[in-house]
Amino acid sequence: MPLQDQLSERFRRKQSGTQYRTLLQVLHIDITLLLSVVLLMTVGLFILYSASNQSSAIFSQGIMHIGLALLIMIVLAQLSPITYSRWSLTLFIISLLLLALVLVIGHIDKGAQRWLNLGLFRFQPSELMKLSLPMMLARYYQTSNLPPKFKEICIGILLILLPVLLTLKEPDLGTAIILLIAGGGILLFAGIQWRYILGTTFVAVISAPFLWRVMHDYQKQRILTFLNPARDPLGSGYHIIQSKIAIGSGGLFGKGWLQGTQSHLHFLPAHATDFIFAVFGEEFGFIGCVILLLIYLAIVARCIYITSQAQNTYTRLLAGALSLIFFTSVFINIGMVCGILPVVGLPLPLVSYGGSSMVITLASLGLLMSIHGHQQLLSH
Amino acid sequence: MNGSFTLKDRTREKYMFRNRLIIAIIMIIFLSFLLIYQFINLQIFQRQYYTTLSKKNQIDFSPIPPRRGLIFDRNGVLLADNIPAFSLMMTPNKKDEMQKTIAELSKIIKITPDDIENFNKQAKQHRRFEQIPLKLKLTEQDVASFSTNRYRFPDVSVQAALLRTYPLSNAMSSVLGYVGRINEYELQYVDTTNYAATNFIGKLGIEKYYEKELHGTVGYRQVETDASGQTVRILKNIPSVSGKNLYLTIDSRLQLAAQKALGQNHGAVIAIQPSTGQVLALVSNPSYDPNLFVNGISQKDFNRLQHDPAHPLYNRTLRGLYPPGSTIKPFIATEALNANITNTEFTLFDPGWYKLPNSSHVFHDWKPGGHGWVNISKAIIESCDTYFYDLAHKMGIDRIDDILGQFGFDKPTGIDMGEELAGNIPSPEWKMKNRGLPWYPADTILSGIGQTFMQVTPMQLATATATLANHGVRFRPQLLFATQADDEQIIYTHPITETPVVLKQDIYWETIINAMQNVITEGTGYSFGHPSYSVAAKTGTAQVVNSRENDNAADNIPIQLRNNSVFIAFAPIQNPKIAISVVIENSHDAIRISREIMDSYLLNPEQDIAHATTRPAQ
Repeated sequence: MPLQDQLSERFRRKQSGTQYRTLLQVLHIDITLLLSVVLLMTVGLFILYSASNQSSAIFSQGIMHIGLALLIMIVLAQLSPITYSRWSLTLFIISLLLLALVLVIGHIDKGAQRWLNLGLFRFQPSELMKLSLPMMLARYYQTSNLPPKFKEICIGILLILLPVLLTLKEPDLGTAIILLIAGGGILLFAGIQWRYILGTTFVAVISAPFLWRVMHDYQKQRILTFLNPARDPLGSGYHIIQSKIAIGSGGLFGKGWLQGTQSHLHFLPAHATDFIFAVFGEEFGFIGCVILLLIYLAIVARCIYITSQAQNTYTRLLAGALSLIFFTSVFINIGMVCGILPVVGLPLPLVSYGGSSMVITLASLGLLMSIHGHQQLLSH
Repeated sequence: MNGSFTLKDRTREKYMFRNRLIIAIIMIIFLSFLLIYQFINLQIFQRQYYTTLSKKNQIDFSPIPPRRGLIFDRNGVLLADNIPAFSLMMTPNKKDEMQKTIAELSKIIKITPDDIENFNKQAKQHRRFEQIPLKLKLTEQDVASFSTNRYRFPDVSVQAALLRTYPLSNAMSSVLGYVGRINEYELQYVDTTNYAATNFIGKLGIEKYYEKELHGTVGYRQVETDASGQTVRILKNIPSVSGKNLYLTIDSRLQLAAQKALGQNHGAVIAIQPSTGQVLALVSNPSYDPNLFVNGISQKDFNRLQHDPAHPLYNRTLRGLYPPGSTIKPFIATEALNANITNTEFTLFDPGWYKLPNSSHVFHDWKPGGHGWVNISKAIIESCDTYFYDLAHKMGIDRIDDILGQFGFDKPTGIDMGEELAGNIPSPEWKMKNRGLPWYPADTILSGIGQTFMQVTPMQLATATATLANHGVRFRPQLLFATQADDEQIIYTHPITETPVVLKQDIYWETIINAMQNVITEGTGYSFGHPSYSVAAKTGTAQVVNSRENDNAADNIPIQLRNNSVFIAFAPIQNPKIAISVVIENSHDAIRISREIMDSYLLNPEQDIAHATTRPAQ
């Protein structure tokens, strides 16, 4: 068919209201999100290669994780938000049970009991909770006449605290904070009144001393050390000092790919996982850091756009919470690596080495794609 | 709206959601700027600071210790050697972990509390990741048992290092001193960079005095390290420069002979080459084994040496203060002749005592009944006290002090060893200041025979004797014969002259030296015997207790109260090769001992420096 005809055919369809649907639209894939995520993960692979001291094994593992995570994202994008809404409660209960289970039979690594060994791979139930808690809360508030009433807020807080406390018990402070922020985000998006926000903040401040007492020693250490890294330069302050040295010595343009000395000479701890941003900062400098942050912000912006376009309470709250989780994870990780937040042990989304985190992050983007991809069907 | 049923107000909800989303967006923008602010902070403003830290992180300087210079005697006999020994080295760590490691190590290698104390001391002063010796001189057994258990001790290793040893042991300790582990006090005074890899420092004697020459210059290996301090690769290697080898003026054969001659006697022997001031022998007896100190002396050994009534740690040659007794007479006589206070013709009748014109106090001569008519020669030969009482009275104390000062009795000789004391030539000012008493005429008279408050060191006495042998030409006593840097030419030291003692006529020297020669043939030094070489000498007896009536040397009084015997001599009289001073505590053995020393030196063929550089078997 000549090009002229193609265009006129298309024009006619549009005029007549018939949607011309691309393959991506059929698969409910948001191309903006997909492209920016793929770009980010490509950059991530390069950093991982450098951070792992050019280990091809870790590099190919990283590719495997990405492949698996992308697959899961696409699969999840196919299910409609209605399905998610329906399964929210079940998934939440399963996640809670797994969290409890991990405390009993979990795999212990570096003093923390976070993993379930599923034979083929190890799995972190607290990661799953990052999906199921927002789904549960969105599900709970979808039928309410928002803003939520006091009782509904209390139940919401209960739903949040249950997994948060279980996660804290593992102990996994980072994920607990993320869950807390995700839950708080949903309450915020649900339109909780400011007086409740202030009240909750007040209660949180009051309960801080109690929280301090139930905290693990290593968590207290981290907070104390964050406040003053020089307190223990060879112990827990060592991480912060070394990662600041790595980032700071990167300067404006960085030392160049594979040229970072801090990580390659093992001064930098956990340089392939939680502290991978320091490797990036050392090798690509200020320019690189800003560009990487912009890529993240592009993803966040697209997520927020999707959120703003969501058309019912469930999708709106879920999308808002997932966007918030994504940004908060990025902020907390980069913040701790460059020394403006305490070290809480969170990976850098989509860049840090680690299957669980990768899969869950892309799964959450899959949910967002589902929300965005299915709305036209609903609206027309 | 009726409350019985709730209807979702979708428009309101949507509007409110928008508002909340905007708040979230504002938060996100704010937090993003916070991150960028921190990037700017770290990577632009503080870049320099973190770059420096980063470089320091990766590059470590590991110092290479220089090899300590060897010490030889003038003939090339090795006096101080470095032998390779295995040391147990440990990287300091967290305290409780270290204690655990040491406790585990003790099960296979004997580690004393002294070792641990030394280790802890050094651990405080050293940098992170630097290995510190925990135990030196491991036995083969230790090395073997550690090797099989090495995997259990990642922070511990066995290193071969050079350890100082003194092959001649006791015989050389008065000269060489010893090295020991550097302590905190010494660290304040050394260039810590140069001593970065050094464990030992000269503590005493030549080892201390020539520390700078012996130590050498530290080398460096610039290495790239990882976070655990392990070397990844060597970037730069600046080799260390070995310390200089020292050749001492000491003739170890003479030194050994002198020590043998001294036997069980407590005392000091010094032999000097008059023509140069070179010290040929310097022996303080009893002495100690300097090897004990190298490895860090055990508290038990140290206490034993410290509390030994014979004071083996006390260097009598430089620090022993003895009344010179009659050995001071020839020196006083030079001035008496020079100032024409007496001459060879003048004679004095000695009834066995001396009395000042207007005093009833009687000064006894050592010989009851006296020496009869005495001239200056006879006064020296027979050591006539009365003659010298009279001389002292006529000269006055100022003149006596002046001539003794010219011979160097008023200050340390300046020998290149440090730790030397000055002795004491008393003056009225000195007496008033130190005793709070005026100077009596009796003090002057007794000064004439080297008694009262007069004290000299054997070193001063030997130097003055050499000056006498030289007819007044003075050299500062020296122990350093030559130095040799690695594979370079031997550089000999030059004699250092001091202000000479000048007499108006050379005949005055000859008069006194002739008299001293006759001391041996017919005088108080008769028991010296008749050697084949010519000798000039003077005997002396120094009182330990003031009891002139008794023969203090007699065997019926306690040893520690018996008189000291002092002997000075030089030989041959023409072109003297050796001048000696011998002080023997509580014994009259000085003359016999001197004869043995003289014979040993003068009757043995000379050896050259080129010989005997071989290491003695250990």
